[in-house]
Amino acid sequence: MAELFAKLDALPVTLKHLLMGLLPGATPEWLVSVVSAVLTITPILAVFPLMFALTTVIERKGLGRIQNRIGPNRVGIPLTDIRLYGFGQFIADGIKSLIKEDVVPRAADKVVHFLAPIALLIPVLLTYSVLPFGKSMVPLDLPQTGLLFFFAVGASTELSVFMAGWSSRNKYSLLGAMRAIAQMVSYEIPLILSSLTVVMITGTLSLTAIVQSQSGVHFGFLHNWHLFTPWGLVGFFLFLTAAAAEANRTPFDLPEAESEIIAGYFTEYSGFKFAIFFLAEYLGLFAMCGLGITLFLGGWLPPLNIAPLTWIPSWCWFLGKLSALIVLFIWLRGTLPRLRTDQLMAFAWKFLLPMTLINLVVAALWYLLRDSLPLYARWPLCFAMLAVPYWLLGRGFEAKFTKREYRYA
Amino acid sequence: MLGTGILKGMLETAKNFAGSYHDPARLTTVEYPEQRIASKENARQFPFLVHDTEDPMKGLRCVACQICEKECPPQCIYIVKSKDKRADYKGQMQLYPVTFDIDLSVCMSCQICVEVCPFESIKMDTEFELSNTDRFGGLLVNKHQLAKSNDHYRKIHPSEAAASDAALAVEVAKAQAKAKADVEAKAKAAAEAKAKADAAAAATPVGAVPSAPQPSSPATGPAAAPAA
Amino acid sequence: MTLPFAIIAGLTVGSAIAAMSLRNLVHCALSLVLTFAGLAGLYLQLNAEFVGFTQILVYVGAVSILIVFAILLTRSTEPKDEPATVTPWIGIAVAISAFLTMALAVLASPVGKRAASPMGEVSVKTLGQKLMTDYVLPLEVMALLLTAAMLGAVIIAMKDKEGSR
Repeated sequence: MAELFAKLDALPVTLKHLLMGLLPGATPEWLVSVVSAVLTITPILAVFPLMFALTTVIERKGLGRIQNRIGPNRVGIPLTDIRLYGFGQFIADGIKSLIKEDVVPRAADKVVHFLAPIALLIPVLLTYSVLPFGKSMVPLDLPQTGLLFFFAVGASTELSVFMAGWSSRNKYSLLGAMRAIAQMVSYEIPLILSSLTVVMITGTLSLTAIVQSQSGVHFGFLHNWHLFTPWGLVGFFLFLTAAAAEANRTPFDLPEAESEIIAGYFTEYSGFKFAIFFLAEYLGLFAMCGLGITLFLGGWLPPLNIAPLTWIPSWCWFLGKLSALIVLFIWLRGTLPRLRTDQLMAFAWKFLLPMTLINLVVAALWYLLRDSLPLYARWPLCFAMLAVPYWLLGRGFEAKFTKREYRYA
Repeated sequence: MLGTGILKGMLETAKNFAGSYHDPARLTTVEYPEQRIASKENARQFPFLVHDTEDPMKGLRCVACQICEKECPPQCIYIVKSKDKRADYKGQMQLYPVTFDIDLSVCMSCQICVEVCPFESIKMDTEFELSNTDRFGGLLVNKHQLAKSNDHYRKIHPSEAAASDAALAVEVAKAQAKAKADVEAKAKAAAEAKAKADAAAAATPVGAVPSAPQPSSPATGPAAAPAA
Repeated sequence: MTLPFAIIAGLTVGSAIAAMSLRNLVHCALSLVLTFAGLAGLYLQLNAEFVGFTQILVYVGAVSILIVFAILLTRSTEPKDEPATVTPWIGIAVAISAFLTMALAVLASPVGKRAASPMGEVSVKTLGQKLMTDYVLPLEVMALLLTAAMLGAVIIAMKDKEGSR
């Protein structure tokens, strides 16, 4: 039984080897490597955009239910009464955006306007190349610089956002781009600093090694996920907050605040270019979630090291955790209102940044005390060292924002 | 503490999410083309012309007085009067509309035409699925399409229709009473005239021409009471 | 010279030329970013992964944004009609002579003749340890410099705000 499941686990890898075996023996070396790369890339390009498509429908349905509505449930198979609970919607949307007219403003900078969506999508797709999706399933294993690669490539999306906003020659676009860049630059610091705790503890930048480091077992069944440590717990939520801001998700969706600046930096995009922006945004969110899973939630490891759970293929665990995080983000979007720009900046610099710095110190302490203090004493101590500053910083924030008088309402 | 508000909010949305699956009070959506709710009695959308008889064109209450045409704020009604007259519900000879068109694309459903009509002949319909594939001819509604029976009116606006029927019944009763009084008065006048003539005949020699011509017969008696 | 090197080098030089010669300042900045990316590619070709990705993170991710913001917030990006320089020939002559001098100096120096030291396995860990032990003084000096620059910027910005009141 377990062997069968192990085979299922390695199914994508086996499939690739099988397809590679189909190449004739006389194939030149470079062609082999190209085919290998294509075979690695294709599943990523198939799975994650499909996931994006399904997410758009699930998000709309979920938000509808949160607002006591039904949500989209009409589009199914054309010319029949089969409705598939509305899950044909994304196909219809895709066809619509493909055949829609591509309007480019007359005053726009045509070349930059054209390049911006491409320059946004490519880095976002590149970030997937270092994520370990399953056991021995990482497209590009960089043992020295995996995490750095992720952040380096992720950081270059900011420029594409600027390109889109500037080239449109629209004040809303430019405002959206300014907001987006200010937000992304600000939140990149907590994002990287909260990830650095993991690097500090594991002593490696390789994402596969980070997943492996979490495979230890506590009490015979509980995996050694970083989430189960005080710094990991706090770090994960700091990471998640910063990731939401990086991916322009509610409550940090100021760059494309519909009620204020139409659609932000992609106001002047229509048709398929708009769809690319949309796709890149969601793929960026998925990549961030994937990184969070890899760093804190044990990557492709099951939560408990018990027989039936370990039989489930590792890539299923990764995709399952990813789906759970996506659901969490949809839930948050249905709950929270949008922040104001000054609140956004204050939150990044006055709350997230100090918390991540304290978290770094606590992680170092956790590491140094690993031999001198037993776990039951070390855990509460480190947690208290994080909880007290959280409480103090939070109090300062609440004093500022909760007492609000509506004089003219 | 910071973050408790977020948790509270998330609990609330989770309740909404779960509740929308089993609590019909939360999920009030009506999936329209398949599910419909009965229209409210006060609903109004577009006017129609009330008729009383089987043949819609013969029994139209409208007398082409053109008050509605003049009062209509967006000027969407177009009426052409007839040359001849015909008897209305209480037997009075009246004009009737040869053409009665309402432009659906201009009408704003204000009901002013209904308010000003002295003949209870134009009323508001509750029909709202008025879309049309012909955006020129299809949106100009003529009197054949506008004519709807009084039964239809009673069905869509029961209490309003009852009031309207009562008003018409009063009108008919008045007309009948007046006609009756007229008949009696005429009979009396005729009797008087006859008596006078007799007296005169007795006084004048036979073969003299009567001085007053015979008065024309009064309006024909109350012909068709309203179908009510 | 391999094909990837040729492509990356060509891209780097070409975008650097574009960064100098384009009329629209934002276009220049974007070309400069391409140059940065090309440099990162060259580092990667030399197996210096850490430096290469740091180059992308810092230059493409942050410095370019700084440049672009500086352009956007200070002046109009509309290209002006009058030519930038009247005669480029003097500039070209100066550039060639400067390049020749430097090239001769480098070729004459013993640096070029020395055999390349054997490449050890330079991990990020050793890099960090070196930074924190042997090169801690330069690191601290640089940190001080950057902090001072930031303080200066904050002071300038604060003065501006008071003046506007």
